[in-house]
Amino acid sequence: MSTLAPIQSTSTIESTSNIEEYLSIFVGGQTFGIPVLKVQDVLSYQRVASIPLSPPQIRGSINLRGRIVTVIDMRILLELDPFTDEQKPMNIVVEHGSEAYSLLVDEVGEVIELNVNDCEPNPATIDPKWRELSNGLFRLDKELMMVLDIALIANWSEEA
Amino acid sequence: MDDILGEFIAETNEGIELLDGELVRLEQNPDDPELISHIFRVLHTIKGTCGFLGLPRLAALAHAGENVLGQFRDGSITVTPTAMNPVLEALDRIRSFVATLEETGEEPSGNDSDLIEELNRVAKGEDAGVKLASDEETERNGQHTQEDLYTRIGGLSSIDMAVEIFYERLLDDDRVKEYFTDVNMDRLQGMQRAFLSMVLGGPDEYEGRDLRAAHEHLVEKGLNDEHFDVVAAHLLGSLVELDVPEDVVKAMATKLESTRSDVLNKPSDPIEVTEEVHANQESQNVDEPSKPQTPSGGESKKASARTIRVNVDVLESLMTVVSELVLTRNQLMQILRAQKESEFASPLQRLNQVTSELQESVMQTRMQPIGNAWSKLPRIVRDLAQELDKKIDLVMKGAETELDRQVLDEIKDPLTHMVRNAADHGLETTEERRTAGKSETGNIILNARHEGGHIILEVSDDGHGLDTDRIRDKILKNGLATESEIENLSEQQIQQFIFKPGFSTATNVTNVSGRGVGMDVVRSNIGKIGGTVELSSSAGKGTKFTIKIPLTLAIISALIVESGGQRFALPQNSVIELVRITSNSTHKIEMVKGTPVLRLRDRLLSLVNLKSLLEIENQGSQNETYVIVTQVGTQMFGIVVDRVFDTEEIVVKPVAEALRNLPIYSGNTILGDGSVIMILDPIGIANVNGVSTSGEDSYEESTEDMAHLREKTSMLIFKAGQGAPKAVPLALVSRIEDISLDDVENAGGQPAVQYRDQLMPLVTLTKDQQPFKESKQPVLAFSDRGRSVGLVTDEIIDIVETDVSVEMKTESNGLIGTAIIGGTATDLIDTTHFLGQACDDWFDVQRESSFGDTGEKHILLVDDSSFFRNLLTPILESAGYKVTQADNGANGLEICQSGESFDLIISDLEMPIMDGFGFVSHVRKETQFEETPIIALSSHASPEDIARCMEAGFTSHVEKLNRETFLSRLKECFAERRKAA
Repeated sequence: MSTLAPIQSTSTIESTSNIEEYLSIFVGGQTFGIPVLKVQDVLSYQRVASIPLSPPQIRGSINLRGRIVTVIDMRILLELDPFTDEQKPMNIVVEHGSEAYSLLVDEVGEVIELNVNDCEPNPATIDPKWRELSNGLFRLDKELMMVLDIALIANWSEEA
Repeated sequence: MDDILGEFIAETNEGIELLDGELVRLEQNPDDPELISHIFRVLHTIKGTCGFLGLPRLAALAHAGENVLGQFRDGSITVTPTAMNPVLEALDRIRSFVATLEETGEEPSGNDSDLIEELNRVAKGEDAGVKLASDEETERNGQHTQEDLYTRIGGLSSIDMAVEIFYERLLDDDRVKEYFTDVNMDRLQGMQRAFLSMVLGGPDEYEGRDLRAAHEHLVEKGLNDEHFDVVAAHLLGSLVELDVPEDVVKAMATKLESTRSDVLNKPSDPIEVTEEVHANQESQNVDEPSKPQTPSGGESKKASARTIRVNVDVLESLMTVVSELVLTRNQLMQILRAQKESEFASPLQRLNQVTSELQESVMQTRMQPIGNAWSKLPRIVRDLAQELDKKIDLVMKGAETELDRQVLDEIKDPLTHMVRNAADHGLETTEERRTAGKSETGNIILNARHEGGHIILEVSDDGHGLDTDRIRDKILKNGLATESEIENLSEQQIQQFIFKPGFSTATNVTNVSGRGVGMDVVRSNIGKIGGTVELSSSAGKGTKFTIKIPLTLAIISALIVESGGQRFALPQNSVIELVRITSNSTHKIEMVKGTPVLRLRDRLLSLVNLKSLLEIENQGSQNETYVIVTQVGTQMFGIVVDRVFDTEEIVVKPVAEALRNLPIYSGNTILGDGSVIMILDPIGIANVNGVSTSGEDSYEESTEDMAHLREKTSMLIFKAGQGAPKAVPLALVSRIEDISLDDVENAGGQPAVQYRDQLMPLVTLTKDQQPFKESKQPVLAFSDRGRSVGLVTDEIIDIVETDVSVEMKTESNGLIGTAIIGGTATDLIDTTHFLGQACDDWFDVQRESSFGDTGEKHILLVDDSSFFRNLLTPILESAGYKVTQADNGANGLEICQSGESFDLIISDLEMPIMDGFGFVSHVRKETQFEETPIIALSSHASPEDIARCMEAGFTSHVEKLNRETFLSRLKECFAERRKAA
């Protein structure tokens, strides 16, 4: 697992409103970030009840304390190699509108504080599908972190 | 402030809704003083609150409306529709203001001077429908003499206005203004009005005791002569402004002056005019609500003592939480059941019970009387009646029947639409009713009642019924069906077309209806909440819609089933029966060209295999399956599943947005064991699968128009030998078997197979057809009187719903003729021929058993479908009858009158030119056949239909295509005839 960039010392001087916390997640070797405020729960592997005829990226649904949460397979959504049967993906439960979605990811990293102003637009050469789901990226010390937009993910799932 | 505004909006909406109904009632009972006072009070409250909240436009309008009502109440003008119209319009405008207020927090800008002017004109009695009622007023207030100040001032309405002006002035006056800060002016005005009326000797009584405390308080505060003068001057000024005669004002002044000393010195006297009120709002007591002039605040306070207003969101979330609790309870109970002995058993039982009670109570909070959904209707009907110039009575029965709030909301619009329809299309004009010999006033009747877990809601009118001819024209015009298709439809089936999209029978598109939003929307809206609509209409008598809706949507009873290792819930109310199928059960799933079907009693059921529908992998072999017989609308089909579990109460949760486009699910839920399962939607499944038809627009036909479909014949299309594909009515085929060459034995020079412990002879269609080219071939088994014959085919092609008409007769044996089915010329098989071919003694047996007497019987067969004539004639002829055909009732009658003699007449019911009913009554009356047995023939029959047949003069009734009962019925008829003779 890679180490993440510490908050730059200068950021403390700036107004705190520009600082946002992101939860870093790993899907198929790539680091992504989700605004921490959107994250409801992080769950270990859950048995998912599949929904026949649902679009491929929708794995099924789980029962989270009496609430039905739709499970989205991030590997499929991002057009990466699907999870193997041995892999036990983690669940990141996020809220969008009145609905909850659980994102299946390889691993969960940590929460990092970043200055929103440092977020850069996605390069034009990036996979168009990825660009659809993200609205920018951060250059961390050792790697790039694409910020996933929950609304885009949810909407994309709806369209599918 | 926002809270107050919200409260105001809620209260005003409630008030307006109430007023709508009450005003219409007032129009009908103009003399009900209690009603008038009540309406007056509601409007007054609205006005008062508006003033308080700083909503001048609303207040002005409410004020003007209130004035008119005041005049109604005093009897100075009479209640007439013309006088009522502006009041209702004012109410509508208030409603729209409140709506804007709710959205934006501000009342809309604009000017209502037009309406206010009109209201004022009405109030002054200038309207045509208004009379000056001074005489009547005297009568009403008979106990007061002409000198009575009250009367001379102009009654309560003048007092009302005077009070309004008076307070305006007071509030502008710096000298006394301070006394009115923080005062509920509305309440104050009400008290003032009552007080003045009392002082002047009017009919209103006033309980002054509340004022005493306030008065005391005021005197302590330094009430002095100067204050009194100011107030008195304003009061008198107000009267002058209202053109009250000078002598009256003077008398009033004297009266006031006489109270001066009391007011200023003796606080215990309940007299002074205004200031005393101001501090007492807190201590206000409740007056008797029945007293007509109760200050407006009083009654609502009393009424609210036992009810409180609760935000709907709170109730919703309470419901959600309780649903969760129910689920958790179910979960716990399930665990408990698995344990033999547990110390938790008794507390859990207790929890179980309490939860149930809680659930029930919470459900109760969601229950509302259906009358709430009806409250707007009297007004709508009244407006419609005026607009359309009809006289309409709206009768509402069972308004107290309760149902879930959510369901109530959903049903409101469809219901309104249906009542509008009834008023606009259903009922005739006064003129037409008179001509038809009906009472001038048409009735629209709403009736609600509980029935099982459902609410039955009837909307009926006593109008002219549905105009089938016009519907027929419209069907043709819109291309919803072809002329030949329509010909075969019964009245009832044609009526069903009004549920088709874009159907309105109103010749003129009126303001009221015919705007393209039709019964299709009504039906789909009701369908959305799991309800159904049925229609019955009889010409000249009226139309009745019966709506069946579930009591609640939140918790439903569902059947849990399993397919491919996954569980699903299926709403219990759509399940008709369960059929268990094992390898040796009588019921078997048969395949017709890859399409599974099930013969269940006398019908063939289309099947949907859940596994293949949901594309679930088959897990291992199954030696038993279940068919869930489901009904969607009028159509039945079976869903094949692997296992059936229990019925469970489930909480329906909407599916995630991302899954909304999967029509086969209506929701999802969490079971007692905590697992998430999907709820199947039978309607969606039927639609997706296009059950029962193979046509392109199978969806349309299968769901919307089964009635129409039933009239068509299911034809089994297959290939056998050379030439065109062959077809046979599916109903004549008792079984389709795959028979392999190895099973074929030779019996008496004829190929045969063992089938159900009998030897079934096998026949081929033509001599040149080579039986058993392949190892396995489908064989059609025709059965009759316990004997079967197998027709060897090369391949089953399809089952088609079609209306068959024979285009070309063939002379060749075994064929009835050729018809076009699905665009291809198809030979129609004469099954009788093959039955005879297989067993030479077949018909001998039949002849013997059928007819003890000798002599050829002559039968008249009346049927418009040449297909059926051609199908039945050989059957009859082979059974030894002589047959004469007629293609409609009129022709049949002609033949009957021609002098030919018949032993029996068989007639179809639905025919062009003259239908079966007409035919039989003419035959009974006008020919020598008044005693001859006449058998009615139809493709489907309800008990009502049969009763109608008997009434019309038929001897018996038999279903088309049921060969066995058909022949035995013939036999019965002859037997009875013999007995009678």
